[in-house]
Amino acid sequence: MNREQTSRLLQQHGAVMVLALLVIVGSLAFESFATPANAASVVVSSSFLAIIAIGMTFVIISGGIDLSVGSLFVLGGVLAAYGSPYGMLVALLLPLAVCGVVGLLQGLVIARTGMAPFIVTLAGLLGVRGLMLAISDEGATTYLVKDRAFAALGQGELLGLSHPVYITGALALLAMVLLQRTGFGQNVYAIGGNEQAAALMGVPVARTKVLVYVMSGLLAGLAGALNAARLSSGVTILGIGLELDAIAAVVIGGTLLTGGAGGITGSVAGVLLLGVIQSLINQVGSLTSAFQQVVSGVFLALVVVAQRLLSKAQRLT
Amino acid sequence: MAELTSRRGGRIAVLKPQVFAWVQDYGVYAAVLTLLLFNVLFTPHFLDAANFRTQLVQVTPVVIVSLGMALVIGTQGIDLSVGSVMALAAALTVLYLGYGWLPAVVVAVIGGAVAGLAGGALVAYVGVQPIVATLALLVGVRGLANVLVPQLVEFRNPGLIALGSSSVAGIPVIVLIAAALTVIVLFVVRRTTFGRQVVAIGGNRSASELSGLPVKRVLLTVYVLSGLLAALAGVLATARLQASDPTSLGLFIELSAITAVVVGGTPLTGGRIRVLSTVMGALLMQLLAATLIKHNLPQSWTQMVQAVIILAAVYATRKRGTR
Repeated sequence: MNREQTSRLLQQHGAVMVLALLVIVGSLAFESFATPANAASVVVSSSFLAIIAIGMTFVIISGGIDLSVGSLFVLGGVLAAYGSPYGMLVALLLPLAVCGVVGLLQGLVIARTGMAPFIVTLAGLLGVRGLMLAISDEGATTYLVKDRAFAALGQGELLGLSHPVYITGALALLAMVLLQRTGFGQNVYAIGGNEQAAALMGVPVARTKVLVYVMSGLLAGLAGALNAARLSSGVTILGIGLELDAIAAVVIGGTLLTGGAGGITGSVAGVLLLGVIQSLINQVGSLTSAFQQVVSGVFLALVVVAQRLLSKAQRLT
Repeated sequence: MAELTSRRGGRIAVLKPQVFAWVQDYGVYAAVLTLLLFNVLFTPHFLDAANFRTQLVQVTPVVIVSLGMALVIGTQGIDLSVGSVMALAAALTVLYLGYGWLPAVVVAVIGGAVAGLAGGALVAYVGVQPIVATLALLVGVRGLANVLVPQLVEFRNPGLIALGSSSVAGIPVIVLIAAALTVIVLFVVRRTTFGRQVVAIGGNRSASELSGLPVKRVLLTVYVLSGLLAALAGVLATARLQASDPTSLGLFIELSAITAVVVGGTPLTGGRIRVLSTVMGALLMQLLAATLIKHNLPQSWTQMVQAVIILAAVYATRKRGTR
């Protein structure tokens, strides 16, 4: 295997390898780390971020960014709880419809006016949080999930793992197929790689971009709805800074922020990595969650430096 | 000016680029003046000195942070770490307050500059994208601030309290400091070689490299300055609150600062820095929030209106910016 292949392999699957390494080290160091209960708790608490990160992966591969997902996550949760007295269907469809429309609007503005995704979704972040506050009486009202069936979607268990884990798994598989095996996926890569070239080759640039932001909005709303089902209420103070966690996970997973390269497996591994780091720090006990932030930050910096050096190595050979 | 020939309907075609140019150059001033006028006419007690002072003091940290952000955005970069750097500065200030307030402030500002140095090194010398490099700092530095000072700490140092709450001729000292910093940054951008280099690098990095500009050094300096200014903002905010609160100080200020810069007409694509308009952008958003609250519109409305203003401002200024 030559150097170029090695570096490409490391960039694409580095997150999975580091994840495996951390799990092995953690299991050797702490008796209570490699237990089924702990593994289940890491996987469950990671599943909501993972759903958001899947959408973010599409956006970032297309060369964009979506800062609105944290707000959409909260809005989705509040709307799900708000709609839950009318049954499971409303509890699911209401957040999906509203968050999907927000994604559609953002996508249309980005695709049609050529404004920077960063700014458009920054406005989205603000506007959606405002919308959430308006629905929850300025954050004063917390809606409770009344519908049993809907709550079971977040709380029910199968073989020791709760339902959101399976939903996340299914979504990840679907997203992988969509990204790797369909024309739409090809178009996302092509636009992220070189938008002008893609347009010249007949790729429907605007439509693909819009779809990518719609997907991101839908997934963030769904994650919020599932979280509300798990917590039995639409909590208004969640989701702050979640967009940054999602971007961090995607970047750690090997997707380049410049667009055109990356994948779902890496992003899911990136989310799990952040979860495992948190779990390891919990094992040490005396360390605070503040310390976890330091480790995550340093880790993120190391990963992007490594990525950068590896992609330089690729270009040189 | 391609629109001159490509569009039909003569007069509009000639007018349109001019309108865009006017909005880009003076739109933010016009908006601030309009809002001021509205408040003078319809908001009770708006012209009270106390109200004015409160508004100015509240917007000061955003203004100082925005100055650094404008420099960074001028190089086609972005600095997401400013809020966390503020928190770090607050933590360092109370940690070293035992040695006197001035040494503590110096340590805090140096700490901020070092954080900026780390981000700048990643951007300039490793070639990491600014948004990721400073995202890593945002996460890590906030954590560091919380590790250093795990909870809210109140202090009674008279010097630091005076820095935060004393006034000269009725104007709060921290507002004067912000004004002085604005003048300095304006001078640096307009009159110094460094300022010209910053704009040149943002305009065309490879051309700047080819013409022998010290691109890496300038980039590094810009992030150091941003960290330094953010730390100053953190120190002043801490002095005003008479307490250090690393958990929530400066939360989301990066978004306010970026908003101030783009509403002021500095394009995110770099190559142009509008210092005074950036300050106006910060004032506009503050004034807008205050106006909506004074007229009993809830916070939810404020945020939605802010979102619309950001979009409108960027849309109005995008013509020249995208080129």
